Amino acid sequence: MDVGQMRRQWVEYTKSLFMEGFLDSQFEQLQQLQDESNPDFVVEVVSLFFEDSERLLNDLTRALDQPSVDFKLVDSYVHQLKGSSSSIGASRVKNACIAFRNFCEEQNVEGCRRCLQQVKQENLLVKNKLETLFRMEQQIVAAGGSIPNMEQIGF
Amino acid sequence: MRMEAVGDHEKPHVLAVDDSFVDRKIIEKLLTNSACKVSTAENAQKALEMLGVADGQQSFKDTLVSKVNLIITDYCMPGMTGYELLKKIKESPAVKEIPVVVVSSENIPTRIEKCLEEGAQEFMLKPLQQSDVRKLSCNLAKFTNPCEGRLCVGRWRR
Repeated sequence: MDVGQMRRQWVEYTKSLFMEGFLDSQFEQLQQLQDESNPDFVVEVVSLFFEDSERLLNDLTRALDQPSVDFKLVDSYVHQLKGSSSSIGASRVKNACIAFRNFCEEQNVEGCRRCLQQVKQENLLVKNKLETLFRMEQQIVAAGGSIPNMEQIGF
Repeated sequence: MRMEAVGDHEKPHVLAVDDSFVDRKIIEKLLTNSACKVSTAENAQKALEMLGVADGQQSFKDTLVSKVNLIITDYCMPGMTGYELLKKIKESPAVKEIPVVVVSSENIPTRIEKCLEEGAQEFMLKPLQQSDVRKLSCNLAKFTNPCEGRLCVGRWRR
């Protein structure tokens, strides 16, 4: 594959991530913040997010496993996860968190446990998608190319 | 004629307070991209210490008290909230003139009102975008002296 083909593949893949709702415009904001002075900005922020999300998902699992569930605590974890997923544009994770908070409010343990599974799934999905995207970026750069600018493409 | 570059000391200095590591990293980049110098604090207590106005602090030596032009704080933080931090800042003669912008992921009118009433310069919704920060830094350049009126150019009704 030549650099041109790699770049086109990257564009198609990125578009699909937006169309399928994995990412929203906030992710674009992050891409636009990346520059020569900080060429790994997006990868760094995304890595921070997954460290955060893994920790919070463990905390949530533990909190929902208690004989008497502290919904205030569960809600505070979900609120944090909703915030950081929103900040990086991980739209499906964010939406799963919004549904989760409703069950917290209702103090519905089963509902919460189902939501936790949903959030874990969405978190894993977007993690895999982004890892694929970043791999493509590495290949483009290694081949001497540059990562396309979504704004310029008019997306 | 000698050309002078904008030195570090001429850039507006912003103190950003947020318990989320992800959000601190993003706001820092947003601000440096708008030609601001940035310091960050992971909670309100740390912010007060950095300003030299935490309980029990004796001296302003090595603090940011005379350097910070703007404080941006998250509303929801464990321990002291952004609202409580705002109150402490406005109660402290050494720092009450520094404009404080409160940010939150939740659009709650009563929350917004109480922050503005307590003297917040602005209330903005998260996630912040480059356009939000650019507006803030433009206003910073104009208002180097404390002013009476409140600026309300943030987005809080979507």
